[in-house]
Amino acid sequence: MKAVYGLYPDPDSAQRAVDLLRDANVKDRSIVVLSSEPFDAYEFGRRDHKTVIPWLAALGGLVCGVGAFLFVAFTQKAYPLPTGGMPIVSLWPNGIITYEFTMFGAILATLVTLVTTARSPRESVRLYDPEVSNGKILIGVVNPPEASWTKVEEALRSGGTTSVVHCP
Amino acid sequence: MKSPNEINEDLLRPLFRTSWRFFVAFIPLALLVLAACGAFVYQMWSGIGVAGIRRPVFWGFYITNFVFWIGISHAGTLISAILRLANATWRRPVTRCAEVITVFALSIGALFPIIHLGRPWLFYWLVPYPNERSIWPNFRSPLLWDLTAITTYLTGSVSFLLLPIIPDWAVVRDKAAGWRKRLYTALALGWRGTPKQWHRLETAMHTMAVVIIPVAVSVHSIVSWDFAMAPVPMWHSTIFAPYFVAGAIFSGIAGLIVAMAFLRKFLRLEEYLQPIHFDNLGKLLLMMVLLWLYFTISERLTTWYGNQNDEMAVFWLTQRGSFAPLFWVMVFCNFVIPFPLLAIKKLRTITGTAIASSTIVVGMWLERFLIIVPSLAHKYLPYSWGSYRPTWVEITITVGTFAGMGMLYLLFGKFVPIISMWELKTGLQKSFVAGRPLSAANARLELVTGAEIDATDR
Repeated sequence: MKAVYGLYPDPDSAQRAVDLLRDANVKDRSIVVLSSEPFDAYEFGRRDHKTVIPWLAALGGLVCGVGAFLFVAFTQKAYPLPTGGMPIVSLWPNGIITYEFTMFGAILATLVTLVTTARSPRESVRLYDPEVSNGKILIGVVNPPEASWTKVEEALRSGGTTSVVHCP
Repeated sequence: MKSPNEINEDLLRPLFRTSWRFFVAFIPLALLVLAACGAFVYQMWSGIGVAGIRRPVFWGFYITNFVFWIGISHAGTLISAILRLANATWRRPVTRCAEVITVFALSIGALFPIIHLGRPWLFYWLVPYPNERSIWPNFRSPLLWDLTAITTYLTGSVSFLLLPIIPDWAVVRDKAAGWRKRLYTALALGWRGTPKQWHRLETAMHTMAVVIIPVAVSVHSIVSWDFAMAPVPMWHSTIFAPYFVAGAIFSGIAGLIVAMAFLRKFLRLEEYLQPIHFDNLGKLLLMMVLLWLYFTISERLTTWYGNQNDEMAVFWLTQRGSFAPLFWVMVFCNFVIPFPLLAIKKLRTITGTAIASSTIVVGMWLERFLIIVPSLAHKYLPYSWGSYRPTWVEITITVGTFAGMGMLYLLFGKFVPIISMWELKTGLQKSFVAGRPLSAANARLELVTGAEIDATDR
């Protein structure tokens, strides 16, 4: 992996650097942005905003809820307890268990979706600098074409970084 | 104005440095927990007869503690979720303190049905699986509903607590060395802080908040149905579910304020947990004081007006009988003391809210006790009336769980920043985004409270 990046003290300069990189014909998917907090108010902080988490949570809830109801109902039929003439499969008590498992499914689906979608395959190249934890914003380019190397460096410097770092 | 780096230093200090104050607090708590463990082992060895529960009062301190701790657990996740969805900016330094309470209180509460079992090593019979008795547990039993509700709430609460910790663990990873670095590298799960990761995290938290609120309400409703589904005087009431939920939120907020006041002093977080947080939570608590009074009067008035013999026997037992001292102490702790402290603005200080909250915690424990024991002691037939006196075993275990809560809280503060650092920084950032230069003092205020500073004050 070859990469080049700069560290920016504030989101304004980071946004400027991203804009300049685009002007230098660097594609969005090659630009890496890392920060120690979300920057939703800036364009660079709103990349990759499409997510299916709420939908998958709903689906997880549905699957778990239906599964729980079937589990309870089939169990009650398979092992019928004396109910004194009341229904063997009772909707109200089963409804409570179904409700809890629906929520359980939604929680699990949210967790699993978060863990599996928070990384994308192209992030196998892991650019990082511990200075990000001190509040710096890292803007970098992974594997820039040799021809545009100088342009990328220039764009990063013009954004306002004090130094440009090369990896390796 | 504090920089992100200074925020890191302030909030990571307890993780990297252990002062003598930690041991002064930790050792007595650990000894009390050990004593409780010893009492529990003694109970297992000797049999449940060493506890004070006797016919007809089979639910005593243990089930009181169960209901109480489940109630306290409503402090965190529920309040945090509501404040997140309402986008209350002042929540930032408060949410993690609250969410931790939920996880620990719920874990402690869930232990009590097991402690209460005559043979606790058979607790797994509660789990629905086909067993050697050739039957499955009864899905109509509220106790099984409890199991499902508490499991769901605990899973949700642990997730709700841990997810926003991941970015903070990444900061600790970058600051630590040696075994700590290895530990936090594993815990940070490769967090780097890409816009995608931030967005997924925030969406997951939002989704979780939407899911967790109805779960929290259902948990204490189901706990109330443990009682309300039984035809026992003063239990069989339709008001029980909302009464329990309101009581749970009431005791939960009180527990949160006590914990925050303790943390503020103990971890020197005066700059982060400011009077405005206690003021806001105090207002919320004041509303719950009034709601508690409303529910208590509604419940008592309906019983008195109905004038049924069996219910009136329990009613008078708590109003002017042997349980009356506890009842009136409860009213004093839940209303008479906290109401003026919270209603009068001058008294709604950090000390005022902490005192009010402490009395409420005591009052709400008494309320749980008074719901359970008098009704069981005076059921329908006078020949089966009885009494209850807790033994040293129950008292030791009860005290031990309070100590356990404190101990777990202290230990948590040693491994995790007790205030969410990235959320605090986000608050700081928002004032930059607005493009408004702030004075140092006002920026600090805006950072921790979320209150917007007027242009004339800049």
